[in-house]
Amino acid sequence: MIEVRNVTKTYGSTRVLDDVSLTIVPGGVTSIIGANGAGKSTLLSIIGRLLPADSGRVTVDGLDVTTTPGATLAKRLAVLRQENHTSIRLSVRELVAFGRFPHSRGRLTAADLATVDEAIAYFELEEFADRQLDQLSGGQRQRAHVAAVLCQDTDYVLLDEPLNNLDMRHSVQMMRRLRRMARDFAKTVVLVVHDINFASCHSDEVIAMRDGGVVAQGPTAELMTPELLSTVFDLDIAVHDIDGNRIGVYYS
Amino acid sequence: MSRVTSAETFARVRRRENRVLALLALAAVATVVAFCLIALRGNWEYALTIRARKVAAMVVVGCAVAVSSVLFQTVTNNRVLTPGIMGFDSLFVLVQTLVVYFFGALALSSADPRLMFAGQVVAMVVFAGALYRWLFDRRSRDLYVLVLAGVVCGTLFSSLSSLAARLINPNDFVVLQDTLFANFNSVDRNLLAVSAALVAVVSLWMVRLFPRLDVLALGREHALNLGVDHRSVVNQVLVAVAVLVSVATALVGPITFLGLLVANLARQFAGVSRHRVVVPASALLAVVALVGGQLVLERVFALDTALSVIINFVGGIYFIALLIREAKR
Repeated sequence: MIEVRNVTKTYGSTRVLDDVSLTIVPGGVTSIIGANGAGKSTLLSIIGRLLPADSGRVTVDGLDVTTTPGATLAKRLAVLRQENHTSIRLSVRELVAFGRFPHSRGRLTAADLATVDEAIAYFELEEFADRQLDQLSGGQRQRAHVAAVLCQDTDYVLLDEPLNNLDMRHSVQMMRRLRRMARDFAKTVVLVVHDINFASCHSDEVIAMRDGGVVAQGPTAELMTPELLSTVFDLDIAVHDIDGNRIGVYYS
Repeated sequence: MSRVTSAETFARVRRRENRVLALLALAAVATVVAFCLIALRGNWEYALTIRARKVAAMVVVGCAVAVSSVLFQTVTNNRVLTPGIMGFDSLFVLVQTLVVYFFGALALSSADPRLMFAGQVVAMVVFAGALYRWLFDRRSRDLYVLVLAGVVCGTLFSSLSSLAARLINPNDFVVLQDTLFANFNSVDRNLLAVSAALVAVVSLWMVRLFPRLDVLALGREHALNLGVDHRSVVNQVLVAVAVLVSVATALVGPITFLGLLVANLARQFAGVSRHRVVVPASALLAVVALVGGQLVLERVFALDTALSVIINFVGGIYFIALLIREAKR
């Protein structure tokens, strides 16, 4: 269980997160939605201990993320940020293998290598597994990074816009995989998603944020209403039932 | 499509890495043998002892410069920086200049070399430690701030020493100039033993960090995600770098570009970034560069110039090439 209690974060004079408290129950896919600057990425980074909060507390299965040794936490929680620039020469396979570091501490066992192969196959990366990261397209690189994070094999996976740079087919596949992973292995997946319809079709729960606070949290179907979405995004959004999914329409 | 497994790929990569290291080791040994044996005349036992000591000094300095440069580049995530940019060379020059300024050239040449050496190492480690502590305690997570502070300090130190150099008498100045250029012909034997021990201890300490440094090279956030205590590792590396650079600089004077040269050449040769390979590869390259350079210096230029002139000439050209290439990216 992820528990966020009274977390506040300020950059300069801008309050990015204002006294946020929420609980994410284990198992299932949770999507965080909201407009730019709502504090989604900051919240995810604080939960993933990439960023210190100014005040408040975040615990994962009762472990305080700021005081628990990094090596312990890395076996339970994996986080991927939006920008993933690495300055060194690295092949896809090497990057994915780094995902095993919390378990292998640098000495890859046969089991680790098998996990790496699985992750590469799972994300259809075989074709360019031995190419350098800087020779790949943005979407291919994004898939390699997600593969590395999933290779870490943690109970909690936090992803900041995993659909970044992905084409339609790979976006759908990515969401299906994350969902299947959550269902089959009882993982807790928390995503920041910009496309509300991907959030609607693939998540069990939605957290809606606006101006550094949580506006609503609950089962996806309950939150996909025109009223709530309009409040969150400041935009008129019609919601239709299409093939059993609630789809927001706001393009025209 | 035939499946390539990671086990096979990594085994192949490892074999290739070992081949590169073996090749470099061979080159280093060949250079050393050539240096020891070419034009060996007269009392060969005596000549060999002298040459062996020079080689030992070059190996110690080469290792110190190579290890410190690679590690520094890892923690700064930048292939164009070396510890020299943190103002170490300048501090060395300043300490030497101040000694001459206050006590005259006689003091510099007559002081117990071990005392001078210990003083310089302590001065540099204290300087580095104070700077790092000050910067890290301000919770400035940005290493660029640290580097910027280093550049500013470096400029300050060299300005101070050129001011002092203007004020001393011309004879003293000549003596000073001599000690400021890397010189393997006048290394003290006792200092050499102490330095070798220091470099060995610090290097072994760093070898333990190699796997974590590989992760650190991915960037701060990747390192945190993978459970590497970023701050602790960076602190350890910075202290180690301070000691290594101090030893090398105090022993033979500044060789600014050597670290940059060997660290980048090693990455190019090895084709990987893993520290297990890059660090020993750059140390071996440093030995080849220093011993080879000294050989050229003695046989071609008949000791008419200083080794640092050759190293900095080649290194400077390489540095410019590197900058142009990085800028093109």
